[in-house]
Amino acid sequence: MTTANENVVLHVADVHKTFGGLHALSDIDLQIEEGKTHAIIGPNGAGKSTLLNVVVGRLAPTRGAVVFDGQVLTGKQPHEINQVGVARVFQTPEIFPELSVLQNVMAPAFAKRDGAFKLNFLSSLADEKQIREEAEHMLEDIGLIHQKDMHAGSLSRGDKRRMELAMCLMQHPKLLLLDEPTAGMSRHDTNTTIELLKKIKERGMTKVIIEHDMHVVFSLADKISVLAGGRIIAEGTPEEVRNNPKVQEAYLGGAH
Amino acid sequence: MNLQGIFSMSRKDLTTLVIFSIVVLALPIWLQPFGAAYPDLMQRFAIFGILAIGFNILFGLTGYLSFGHAAFLGVGSYTAVWTFKLFSMNPIPALFFAVIMSGLFAFIIGFVSLRRSGIYFSILTLAFAQMSYNLAYSVLTPITNGETGLQLESSDPRIIDSMFVGEQAGLPVSNFFGLEMSGIPGFYFCAIFLIIGFFITQRIFASPFGMMLRGIKSNQTRMNYTGFNTRPYTLTAFVISGMYAGLAGGLMAVTDPLAGAERMQWTASGEIVLMTILGGVGTLLGPIVGAWLIKYFENIFSSFNENVLHNLFGFLPDGVESVVVEITSMFVGEGWHLTLGLVFVLVVTFLPGGIMEGYRRITAMFTGGGGDGKKANADDKQTQPAE
Repeated sequence: MTTANENVVLHVADVHKTFGGLHALSDIDLQIEEGKTHAIIGPNGAGKSTLLNVVVGRLAPTRGAVVFDGQVLTGKQPHEINQVGVARVFQTPEIFPELSVLQNVMAPAFAKRDGAFKLNFLSSLADEKQIREEAEHMLEDIGLIHQKDMHAGSLSRGDKRRMELAMCLMQHPKLLLLDEPTAGMSRHDTNTTIELLKKIKERGMTKVIIEHDMHVVFSLADKISVLAGGRIIAEGTPEEVRNNPKVQEAYLGGAH
Repeated sequence: MNLQGIFSMSRKDLTTLVIFSIVVLALPIWLQPFGAAYPDLMQRFAIFGILAIGFNILFGLTGYLSFGHAAFLGVGSYTAVWTFKLFSMNPIPALFFAVIMSGLFAFIIGFVSLRRSGIYFSILTLAFAQMSYNLAYSVLTPITNGETGLQLESSDPRIIDSMFVGEQAGLPVSNFFGLEMSGIPGFYFCAIFLIIGFFITQRIFASPFGMMLRGIKSNQTRMNYTGFNTRPYTLTAFVISGMYAGLAGGLMAVTDPLAGAERMQWTASGEIVLMTILGGVGTLLGPIVGAWLIKYFENIFSSFNENVLHNLFGFLPDGVESVVVEITSMFVGEGWHLTLGLVFVLVVTFLPGGIMEGYRRITAMFTGGGGDGKKANADDKQTQPAE
């Protein structure tokens, strides 16, 4: 698989996905450039989450391949995909509810440092000062430092999502996939999250965002792909997409 | 990892270890008022304590409920008795081989069973344990001596012992360089292993590895998407916990050198599960408390008979007394399982975190609040309902 553009980190090449007779994704060809924030929008059932699941290895595409940083991801296990530098925030937060907030944020740092498995059952968690400090610093950044000893399961929904984002950021991933990072958040929480994501953008991390909230999309995205009926119907800068009549008909038109 | 790293513990863990050691070593003293201070029972306290804390490393931390741990217990016993027969009556090589052998067994069974989770995993382990039981009971009779059980014989080679000690009359007794492993010395021998086992469990609970195991129990999907390969983690936990069971089985053979297939039966596996849940799944001390309680009830309640009850309720008027004795006699002697069942139902219904949760609630009551369950204090504060 060759990629035309040097800057492309993630190349979703000619991906098809069918469930029985349903074509969930057809002819998907996406090129995500390094350091850019790429938003994928589309009405419900357009195939956005399916696309993300194909990228992270949760679903195997019926045809086509996903290439990340020169490596074919298709057929790899989720943990292998994470180990090459792809982190994901889920639509419903996937966290460790029974662990403390601090432990939730520390765990990903261990995966980054020690790899997919390390038999360190006689070393002490209390001696891992560096990871602890890093995690506390991260919790300060997202404003959850005072809740660090709480069970993560008792956080509010918005806090859980922010913590999940922090968990991903602890790994300094090359590519961050966000599945509706602000869904179910209050306006205030949404704005905090946008600010946080803007900060990450400054650090040059590549991001793919699936989002319903146009406010979020237009304040963050460098490039937008519009998905409808399992196909990409438009692609371009926020301005171009906003003015595209096909998009207005398929998606924005319904909302306004 | 340096030596200092291995022994560095938090102050809280160190205190727990010291208190625990004192409690265990003083068992012969404080069990006296309970009528349980006889060596045979105390040996079982120590042995089943080891079994339960080992089981808890798997079930308590990863959430994988094995219904076949008795198989490893049996493997440990058979291996230990064979070591006695072939090499030496010294318990150290016997225990060494028991642990290695049960670890190997656990690796094979775990490798296959851990491909599934939840109820399917439990059924797989149960199936393997029943297969092991049937193998031991009939098919492998040349190795296990089937129904009769594996015993020492005076014609055994005992290669190492025979080099140092001449022919002896009668069957030899397992001995630690001359110290016979029965009675009180036998208990202290087991107690030392219980304390070592407890120390290692503490280390696991406080290690990054232990945190990963908790992560697997909490959310396996997130573990995978965080870059962890969960299979080796669960397999390691399974093997470690199988080795604990093998050690327990080996100690059973050390204190009483025979091994029978019934040790591997599914009721024995079920008993381990009961002990852990009764005491408190995922807590450090709970499984030991559960094991001790069950062994205590088994030995004390099952020894009650009608005469004892008549003496106990002798102060009541005759008619009332006979009714009371009639009712309570259902719960003692052969019927002690009924008592156990009742206690189990009550604990699981009202204290899903086991006896340790009851203890926590009581301490929270006295220290005034703080027990709102919101504070997640790493190791033993998990109040997971039994799954």
